[in-house]
Amino acid sequence: MSAATELETRAYPVTRADLVRYARASGDHNPIHQDEEVARSVGLPGVIAHGMYTMALAARAVQSWFPGAEVLSIGCKFTNPVVVPAEGGVEVVVAGAATEEADGLTTVRMTVTCGGVKVLGMPKAVVRAAGGTGAAGA
Amino acid sequence: MPVDQSLIGRTFPPTRPHTVTEEEVREFAAATGTPYDGGAVPATFPIVLAFDAMNAFLEAERVDLFRIVHGEQRFSYERPVRSGDVLTATLTVSSLRQIGGADIIGTTSTVVDEAGELVCTTTATLVHRGAEQ
Repeated sequence: MSAATELETRAYPVTRADLVRYARASGDHNPIHQDEEVARSVGLPGVIAHGMYTMALAARAVQSWFPGAEVLSIGCKFTNPVVVPAEGGVEVVVAGAATEEADGLTTVRMTVTCGGVKVLGMPKAVVRAAGGTGAAGA
Repeated sequence: MPVDQSLIGRTFPPTRPHTVTEEEVREFAAATGTPYDGGAVPATFPIVLAFDAMNAFLEAERVDLFRIVHGEQRFSYERPVRSGDVLTATLTVSSLRQIGGADIIGTTSTVVDEAGELVCTTTATLVHRGAEQ
């Protein structure tokens, strides 16, 4: 097994408007992603980003590192909420390292944080890189 | 109110066939800032199918969506999803346990195409927070 290659860290801003747009695009209209009162009523600190929105940003980072690669699997736990304030926004930061596996597959292990706190648990994707050109490492 | 234990192993009816349109994929890609060139859809797009299946399950069990927080999600693909695919998702409850007044619901959804071929398997852990006492 080869050593892991560090990938260039990506940072993506997230605003309430992004959550509204994602709700429409994904069909996930859970009000905890829109309505402060509902979010607090179920014990959340405020409006939180869809876990799947944060995971989509992780997938976006993978696509940026391996353009055109086929994603064979991707997954994570949602360990801490991304709390998005009504004004301004927050930044989701995706760091990653790639390990080449057998059969031309690459495992991408990520660290996804918001405000310095890990928000996803062991986010990982396995990709088959297009054309075998390898990663655009940092 | 805790979710009924007898749910474990139960498979819910497949969702209605969903034709993946280029327009909805573009919207999904734009909403997540992901470049899309008309080929393979963004990797988490099948959540649209899985979410339909989950909503049907929650409605059938009279669980409020706003009491659900996502614990975990994994996708495993047999092939990339493309616009024009006609997909259905079938959800099975794979596990159920209670921790600190919350139900931890494990689900597995299989996404198949029009020919019945497996496209993607996705597992989710849903955390259901019951009403305050």
